Amino acid sequence: MTQADSTKPIMGFKLPFKMKVEPRVVDPPRWYSPMLSVIAVVVALMIGALVIWLGGGEPWKVYAHIARSSFGSVGVLSDTMVKAIPLMLVGLACSFAFRMRLWNIGAEGQFFLGAFGASMIVLLPVLPEEAPKWQFIIVMALSGMLFGALWGFVPGFLKAKFNVNEIISTLMMNYIAVEWNNFFIYAVWTEGGFQMSRMFQRNAWLPRLSDFAEAIPVFRGLTTHMGLLFAIVAAIILWLVLSKSQWGYEIRLIGDNPRAAEYAGISISKNVILVMLVSGALAGLAGMSEIAGVVHRLQGAISPGYGYTGIIIAWLAKLNPLAVILVSILFGALILAGREVQPSGVPTLIQGVIMVSLIAIDFFLRNRIRITRRVEE
Amino acid sequence: MDFVLVILASGVATGTILLYATVGEIFSERSGVLNLGVEGMMLVGAMTAYKVTAATSDPWLGLLAAMLAAGAVSQVHAFIAITLQADQVVSGLALNFLATGLSLVLGEGLTSLRDVVPTLPSFTISLLSQIPWLGRILFTKQSVMVYVGYIFIPLAWYYINRTRPGMHLRSVGEYPAAADSLGISVFSLRYFYVFVGGMMAGLAGATISLSISPGWFAALTTAGQGWIAVGLVIFAQWNPARAAVGAYTFGALRRLVLDIQGPTTLLGFANPFFYNPYYGFFLKMLPYAFTVVVLVIGSREANRKRIGTPAALGLPYIRGQRGL
Repeated sequence: MTQADSTKPIMGFKLPFKMKVEPRVVDPPRWYSPMLSVIAVVVALMIGALVIWLGGGEPWKVYAHIARSSFGSVGVLSDTMVKAIPLMLVGLACSFAFRMRLWNIGAEGQFFLGAFGASMIVLLPVLPEEAPKWQFIIVMALSGMLFGALWGFVPGFLKAKFNVNEIISTLMMNYIAVEWNNFFIYAVWTEGGFQMSRMFQRNAWLPRLSDFAEAIPVFRGLTTHMGLLFAIVAAIILWLVLSKSQWGYEIRLIGDNPRAAEYAGISISKNVILVMLVSGALAGLAGMSEIAGVVHRLQGAISPGYGYTGIIIAWLAKLNPLAVILVSILFGALILAGREVQPSGVPTLIQGVIMVSLIAIDFFLRNRIRITRRVEE
Repeated sequence: MDFVLVILASGVATGTILLYATVGEIFSERSGVLNLGVEGMMLVGAMTAYKVTAATSDPWLGLLAAMLAAGAVSQVHAFIAITLQADQVVSGLALNFLATGLSLVLGEGLTSLRDVVPTLPSFTISLLSQIPWLGRILFTKQSVMVYVGYIFIPLAWYYINRTRPGMHLRSVGEYPAAADSLGISVFSLRYFYVFVGGMMAGLAGATISLSISPGWFAALTTAGQGWIAVGLVIFAQWNPARAAVGAYTFGALRRLVLDIQGPTTLLGFANPFFYNPYYGFFLKMLPYAFTVVVLVIGSREANRKRIGTPAALGLPYIRGQRGL
């Protein structure tokens, strides 16, 4: 271990105790890791406040505004959930891949392709315009997942076959995905020269809470849509797969110790491709639910960087699928309220600071600091 | 012919951006620290350069500030990866978010300053520009940063491969325990070269905003070039000379993609990209798709020859622990 202790006098001043950093031998208690995460977020918010202040803003006003316009009433809470739904699904996509230490940074591109795949069903059209709603929902979800999985398959295949660094290839696929969608928005499905497709007909919309307002009046005006159900079901399935199934065990083993996994006869390249497929499908489903649940048309600005935020969410949730759901709601609030916050980069900055402090604070998960009384030599 | 020369000349200019970023990352990775935050650090550099130049009207001061700012940002990653021994991939990603957010917040309102802020000078080197073809591509009306790039490539190669500090740099990245036992400070050298990598990324960013495509366009300023640079390092097998080849090729490709939509005829045929501008979206995919192709080539070569990758790349050095 590094001798990062205080045996040496600092500027001639001798501390009355000795501080020694040493690696943990015994795992810390269960509450320790979440507590560190909370501390990291608090520290990050404080650093964010400092930067906003330095940039000429008023940090407390900004934070109060974020809190009020995301949790202030049932209506805005519902809007927060709407922002959180795609985050949940991409967060799940990222956390699943990360669990195998497969760095899928391409959830953003897979999201775009998922949106494309879902739109295709309506715009091509694959289903007749008057097809019943349930058919649209199923086919659009499958198509979105298929295209997202396809986008995940390419880097997965290249990684398995040629050992191509998946961080860069998935990222490059993001840029390609944006141009791919742009082509269809501008050239093929453009509506009257605008950079967007026509509005989908009503039966291609995901049901919202407000659709049931006649039976349950509380739901009036609430925009939360069926994507929430997708996300929760996906989280539960993913949690079951990861913690209860043999496949999940293989994935975790590859993540923790690839060499041991290989000796145990687990095919790494097969799992790389499979996990990228699943991860891509989840991100694609996020794109589908955003298109069918919120935007109702294909257009350019469908994501304020959901795919990238998913990376941070996965990390903050410690790659636990169930925790992803909760963390996503927080980030949904940040994105919802962040739209009106000036300067506009503040949400990105806060996300960055949160992630940096999270990783930094993990040091205390792996090491402990022992303070002992100094024995006078 | 004229068209080709113009594209190659502007390709060299565009490639200079990638050159600085790639070689900077080579320095960092050669010391054993993978820094995925290049894109973010470039943004910080571009923003700082533009902001400082706007305030002082001195682009050289802007350039210097950009290097220092990006270098300072890189030290966040250095601290987390070297001292706190965290996963370098995650830390690099985090740095990327942090740096991007920082540049977006501090760069607020800079976009409107276009054409007001002075840029770095461009000039023709009279004697060398007389060389047929090459003179027009390399030495005619290029930015000063392009010329600095020419000198920088051999210097970087020589420094890494032929000098004593360069040997220390390589030893720290290949076998830190051995380097440590010889009295080379692994920690401080790694901090230093991460700083160098950050400064170079800042330089690359400043080259964009003060010279090659002047202005501040938020995240579009770099448009993924930092990530392409990280990919090029693998293609370059951690060698600055190969990095230069890759960077200039990519520069030319980026320009080609933009310029090919201009003329009405191509090689005597009607230019499909002129008559159907929507094909331009597929053209814009090319640099990114090509990065993936280059990665496949680079990875296959690296697998076959088992050379290139610094042995301790991505691994934290922990004194007294077994292994590298």
